[in-house]
Amino acid sequence: MSIIAESVRLTGPTLRALILERLGQIKCGRYAVISIPGLWLAVFFFIPFLVVFKISLAETAIAIPPYTSLFEFDLEEALLEISINLGNYRYLFEDDFYLAAYLNSAKIAAISTFFTLLIGFPMAYLIARSHGTTRTLLLSLVILPFWTSFLLRVYAWMGILQKNGIVNDFLMSIGLIDTPLTILQTDIAVYIGIVYTYLPFMVLPLYTALEKLDGALLEAAQDLGCKPAQTFFLITLPLSLPGVVAGCLLVFIPAVGEFVIPALLGGSDTLMIGRVLWDEFFLSRDWPMASAVATVMLIVLVLPIMLIRNNAEKQGEAA
Amino acid sequence: MKRRSTFLNVSAGMGFVFLYAPIIALIIYSFNKSKLVTVWGGWSLKWYAELFKNDQIIDAALVSVKIAVISATLAVVLGTLAGFVLTRFGRFRGKMILSGWTTAPLVMPEVITGLSLLLLFVAMEGMFGWPSGRGTGTVIIAHTTFCLAYVAVIVQSRLVSLDETLEEAAMDLGARPASLFFLVTLPLIAPALVSGWLLSFTLSLDDLVIASFVSGPGDSTLPMVIFSKVRLGVSPEVNALATLMILTVAVGVIAAVFQMRRQHRSKEIQE
Repeated sequence: MSIIAESVRLTGPTLRALILERLGQIKCGRYAVISIPGLWLAVFFFIPFLVVFKISLAETAIAIPPYTSLFEFDLEEALLEISINLGNYRYLFEDDFYLAAYLNSAKIAAISTFFTLLIGFPMAYLIARSHGTTRTLLLSLVILPFWTSFLLRVYAWMGILQKNGIVNDFLMSIGLIDTPLTILQTDIAVYIGIVYTYLPFMVLPLYTALEKLDGALLEAAQDLGCKPAQTFFLITLPLSLPGVVAGCLLVFIPAVGEFVIPALLGGSDTLMIGRVLWDEFFLSRDWPMASAVATVMLIVLVLPIMLIRNNAEKQGEAA
Repeated sequence: MKRRSTFLNVSAGMGFVFLYAPIIALIIYSFNKSKLVTVWGGWSLKWYAELFKNDQIIDAALVSVKIAVISATLAVVLGTLAGFVLTRFGRFRGKMILSGWTTAPLVMPEVITGLSLLLLFVAMEGMFGWPSGRGTGTVIIAHTTFCLAYVAVIVQSRLVSLDETLEEAAMDLGARPASLFFLVTLPLIAPALVSGWLLSFTLSLDDLVIASFVSGPGDSTLPMVIFSKVRLGVSPEVNALATLMILTVAVGVIAAVFQMRRQHRSKEIQE
């Protein structure tokens, strides 16, 4: 029995791998092929992080480039001096400003993700329940903004939310308010911007999950006396959970590090870590500090997200 | 049942309105005669004329298109290799690392990618003298790196869903690995390559953050010019530019949908 199972397992990719390995000259080519994308990513994706970490341990200097070097080698005295400056990290943890920025980014991203889910779910549900041309049309309506410029879609809200913009004009013309509201340059505008730009990222995975939902289950629940709300919370929501998780991650992850939306729609007091890093680099020209902010961001925000993602993927494969 | 579907239609409808209202407002206001962007002064094509007279925007647009074409092409080549290696090569040393490096750019905040690449370029220039200064070349390298990840994901999912028997048959008939790849696999995954290229092109054309870090003083890309123009407030020329870009994309997407439906239908007829 086990021999049969073994031989069955040997077909397909494994068998091919065996054939390939037998031809020594091809094995060489195999590693040549692997090394092309591998080397590119090593040089332009992995090594840059080591450089960032190295520079986060340097000091700012009035020089080009504007930081001190970690290693000084004196050839005459054969002396290697290594100077590591942990001051940037100490400053990062002592100054409440940075902690507040990290926490505030997570808060803004979490709240926006929740509202994206709230708005995206009915849309995904409607698309999943529709058929034929309507479905194609609605799906392309969701995908279309995805292909248009992100920067311009954020910019579009500036004209709508500003003091004498469309929203204020409308509210004043129907007599709801007397003086224009300040929406632009507040956190509310940032929430609107994030929900708006990342809505397609939420709708598409939700749609994929809801499309697979078996209509017979919903009918069965109804036949057994479930009210629509009950059916939704007992059947639809649990079964679409993978889509909910995927959609929330796709919105939350880029929202945390967002720069453009708080820069264009937020006020000067809208604290987000992506913006702090940008200002540290472009305004203060403090490269070592910007590197320290990036290193902490990588460890605190990106690594956990990657672990969650890997975990979710493994679970998805197992299921 | 009836009440629920009304609720669903209304809430989903509001979602679609939310998605399109800003775009429609932007398009309408691009035809506004008045210089005050929020005061309606009648219909006019004035800002389109201004747009084409603005050399700064035109030059930046040309730079951006050039960068986008080159980096999308490089990203498709490298991303296809990465996706192919990860799905078809079985196990090999370093597979986990390659797979991690390929997907990580998808979750990396742009500010980190931009900063880290800039610091790399500066360090490399100090050590080897290359790249000397920053400009379109460094932007192309940066864009290729993050677009590569998207292409690899698209190619991987296409390869996983692909029927392996065709490739196996070709091998049984004695095709060597290179000809197997170019004659069988590549034509089969061609649609994935096209969508990967288009996605990379769009991502590159749209990128502000990474380009701001790694480009040189003389090589502003289109998003960089737009950002510096709108940072202080709404600009009617940018409205006109946005309308042109949105309409181009809309035509492209509608054409793609029709093409897909036609293929779908002809397949149905064949069956």
